[in-house]
Amino acid sequence: MPEQLAFTIEVFLNGLMAGVLYALVALGFVLIYKASGIFNYAQGVMALFAALTLVGIMEGQVPFSHLINAILGTEVHHFGWHVPAFLAILLTMVVMIVLAYCVQRFVFRYLVGQEPIILFMATIGLAYFLEGVGDLMWGSEIKTLDVGLPQGINVWIDEFTFEATGYGFFIDNLDIVASIVAAILVIGLVMFAQYTKQGRAMRAVADDHQAALSVGVSLNFIWILVWSLAGFVALVAGIMWGAKSGVQFSLSLIALKALPVLMLGGFTSIPGAIVGGLIIGVGEKLFEFLIGAPFLGGATENWFAYMLALVFLVFRPQGLFGEKIIERV
Amino acid sequence: MKDNPDSYVTDDGRTIGPTVMEMKNITLRFGGVEAIKDISFDIREGEIRAIIGPNGAGKSSMLNVISGFYVPQEGEVWYKGAQRPPMKPYQVAQQGIARTFQNIALFEGMSVLDNVMTGRLTQMKSGLLAQSLWKGKAEREEVENREIAEKVIDFLEIQAIRKTPVARLPYGLKKRVELARALAAEPTILLLDEPMAGMNVEEKEDMSRFILDVNDEFGTTIALIEHDMGVVMDLSDRVVVMDYGRKIGDGSPHDVRNNQEVIDAYLGVAHE
Repeated sequence: MPEQLAFTIEVFLNGLMAGVLYALVALGFVLIYKASGIFNYAQGVMALFAALTLVGIMEGQVPFSHLINAILGTEVHHFGWHVPAFLAILLTMVVMIVLAYCVQRFVFRYLVGQEPIILFMATIGLAYFLEGVGDLMWGSEIKTLDVGLPQGINVWIDEFTFEATGYGFFIDNLDIVASIVAAILVIGLVMFAQYTKQGRAMRAVADDHQAALSVGVSLNFIWILVWSLAGFVALVAGIMWGAKSGVQFSLSLIALKALPVLMLGGFTSIPGAIVGGLIIGVGEKLFEFLIGAPFLGGATENWFAYMLALVFLVFRPQGLFGEKIIERV
Repeated sequence: MKDNPDSYVTDDGRTIGPTVMEMKNITLRFGGVEAIKDISFDIREGEIRAIIGPNGAGKSSMLNVISGFYVPQEGEVWYKGAQRPPMKPYQVAQQGIARTFQNIALFEGMSVLDNVMTGRLTQMKSGLLAQSLWKGKAEREEVENREIAEKVIDFLEIQAIRKTPVARLPYGLKKRVELARALAAEPTILLLDEPMAGMNVEEKEDMSRFILDVNDEFGTTIALIEHDMGVVMDLSDRVVVMDYGRKIGDGSPHDVRNNQEVIDAYLGVAHE
């Protein structure tokens, strides 16, 4: 196989993987927006907070240790135990559900029926609040996240493709795991929304609040459920990104990359988030490889996604899968 | 219901039972505006009760009070013999009261079948965990509910549009789908807010037939707001007349039609 072609395929595959990671973050946005019309600016910070809590629990860190030490003059940092990964993930999930309940109970319950822009501002406030709490609770040093996910280049694929095509593909193990996890997550969420009783209630709430109330759906319960699901997705995204590049506060910036994904896929479509993510991921990497590096001086990865999103805004604002706004006049 | 001494049998053989819902001295205010002024009336089990009156009389507000969307400042709502504490609309729905809306509140993004299935939500008992695991209880329940939904769809003769997204349907069919969704909940009381609005004679006849069938076959108590006096006279057992938030008539259609106050406020006189 000619080397250029092999390179292109490798870039394509890596693009798909990167796209999956973007899609994971976008999924959280879609879930909340679908059910409550809230654009959750805090989704990225939720991923960061989830990852921080996970590491904190696994390492046996004392929450708010800096604060406690400053006030009481003590020197505690760790409980001295280490929690196995699986249990830690479950505990972190409990924390995220508690967070979902608090967010609904103390913030959004009072904002029912408000303008979307007000709801959006509430999530901005939530983002800053959560970031600050995360810092106070667990500290802002970069942490390594090790939940036992395989790291490094996949040797098997490298050897297999070398024998088959004369060129060894470098595909990261972590990316493969992330893709599989994301696929399972998406299928699970789509089936949940389509077929289960709570999923149907979720779609009802997403469509018309008044009508949902009249068929007996408790809005508060559904919103807590949705925020919990978004918290779960945030946890998965936090694990994947944290394992890749360590748990650091710049993790919350991946939320920004999710915006073009949502533009493409539509704000209300779960499969759309995945497809949008894949397109952005592949598009980014291929564009950089084929056009950016040779002709435009490189570093096009930074802006390509946003440019693509702009184009979509002009020609198809609801995205590929979003709901077209039909109004019978 | 038949053994209850309060019940009676109508001319066409239907049994009407004791009072199932009673509004006592309801007053509803929006700031300085009194939409409902000290209104009391009752609804009996199995009857068709019409609420009529000129526009702005407070009829829809009354329906909203019954279904929990508005909470009256004064007065009591009695349901099935007990006073109902102020509750959210979804709790009212869970108690067995289903409604349709004047301006149609369907789930526009879903198909007709999905909309009717949402009507079954109050009857579906399996919790989050059972639903997530799917096999067993949740699946059986889904199949049962699907059967009931299909029966309702057959009953209202909308099989042909089962899978159509509701947003694409014409107004008359949307109204029928909303009725189907309310029926799917197997309600004790069905509240219909202007079910005939915007329909021609043929459609009104169809809708009237469905309403009568529902009452006849399932014994559902029905309270409806309606402007077409012909429909009201034909369909209802008793009528409440409202005007400017007050009750100005309450009785059989015949009594109400000959009530001078009602004639002055709403019905008018036939021109010679």
